[in-house]
Amino acid sequence: MTQTGNIILDVVIIVIKIVIVLGVNLTIVAYLTLAERRVSAFMQDRLGPNRVGPAGLLQPIADGIKFFTKEEIIPAQSSKLIYLMAPSFVLFPAFLTYAVIPVGPTFSAWGYSFQMEIANLNIGILYILALTSFVVYGVVLAGWSSNSKYPLIGGLRSAAQMISYELPLGLSIIGVLMIVGSLRLSEIVNFQTHLLWGFLPRWNVVLQPLGFLIFLIAAFAESNRLPFDMAEAEPELVGGYHTEYGSMKFASFMLGEYAGMITSAALMTTLFFGGWDFPWVNESALGVWGILLAVIAFSLKTGFFLFLYLWVRWTLPRFRYDQLMRLGWKILLPLALVNIVVTAIVMAFLA
Amino acid sequence: MTGFYIVLLFLLTGIFIAGMSLAVSRILQTRKAYPEKYISYECGELPAGESWIQFNNRFYIIALIFIIFDVEVLFMFPWAVVFDEYGLLAFVEMLIFIVILLVGLAYVWAKGDLNWIKPRPQLAHLPKEKGE
Repeated sequence: MTQTGNIILDVVIIVIKIVIVLGVNLTIVAYLTLAERRVSAFMQDRLGPNRVGPAGLLQPIADGIKFFTKEEIIPAQSSKLIYLMAPSFVLFPAFLTYAVIPVGPTFSAWGYSFQMEIANLNIGILYILALTSFVVYGVVLAGWSSNSKYPLIGGLRSAAQMISYELPLGLSIIGVLMIVGSLRLSEIVNFQTHLLWGFLPRWNVVLQPLGFLIFLIAAFAESNRLPFDMAEAEPELVGGYHTEYGSMKFASFMLGEYAGMITSAALMTTLFFGGWDFPWVNESALGVWGILLAVIAFSLKTGFFLFLYLWVRWTLPRFRYDQLMRLGWKILLPLALVNIVVTAIVMAFLA
Repeated sequence: MTGFYIVLLFLLTGIFIAGMSLAVSRILQTRKAYPEKYISYECGELPAGESWIQFNNRFYIIALIFIIFDVEVLFMFPWAVVFDEYGLLAFVEMLIFIVILLVGLAYVWAKGDLNWIKPRPQLAHLPKEKGE
């Protein structure tokens, strides 16, 4: 095949991958909202939405149509340009992070090496951290530009919370990076496909249990979920930073929040639970079935962490704001530093 | 095509989808404008005073501490990646770095800037509150 032919083939395959990834993720986000309501209802001994379509399965579509047809209101007092831009700062970063998460091993077919992620960046982890930090801008600008009291307080609280937990989040990953020695997500997963002492899967959660715990807590706080949802504490702040938003712009915030949940669930899987690795099976040797197995394993693990989000929501009560700050700065941050030092000592002296 | 062009393509696709959804929404929605609708929300009452209210300046201090620590965390990423190659040398150097970082944290901690709830300042020339 000629050079240009190859490039055109590349571009076509990438566009197909982008469409698949965006389509799948938007569908998951839509059904996550339904799952959240159904699971919540189940845990509270209610039924939840079950009228629209069989077992309520068309509910997300009905919600979507409702959002589309709602009137858009821009408050007269608001700073219009920033007010209009803020939702996109929350929405895009959450979706862009999917570009680097591998859902299966690289495989060759018809003389073409096919990667199971959109972009195999050499700084994958940094790319994800940079994008998740970007969400803070959306939250602060939304709160500030609405020019209303509740959004301003909600935005400030939310921003302080997110930046406080970003430090433990970044530090907890460093232990993993030291063991693996690469920022590339596909290499981090490949590292975990081997066995430890011949029987235990060498997943990072086995090597970095404390790191995983810190990452889990920080990820919950980053995505503004209960027990850390001070930002939109309904009884006192109405809705937090998105009080003044309506129609599709409100939907953008919600989409961004749920997409962020999927991102962190997928990241927990990739960094600590072996990504697409199904333990004791060599996926690369099984051809197409191996790919299928890997994708199923990845989906199951990510699905479990998404369920964990809903589960925790109805298990733990909301933190008080000073407790939240104390947990982040006085417990998680020193623990994360200790984790790094211990990892370094073990690696420098025992290896 | 290298990685970042693909990410750019991904971003453009995302912007296209989001733009389309906003445009479709604008076509479908009904509009009935009257001035009361565009007043800032304050539980149904007319907004009282300015909306740029005073807020706790601890938010500002937390942001300042965050910037300092975040830059330090950033330095640790390249170190973590090459740690295995350099072994003991990298370990000792980073230990010094982490100790400096910890001194900073201990200073902020001891100054009480990490406490969200602070005791009321007791000034000599102020009358004491009742019941103290």
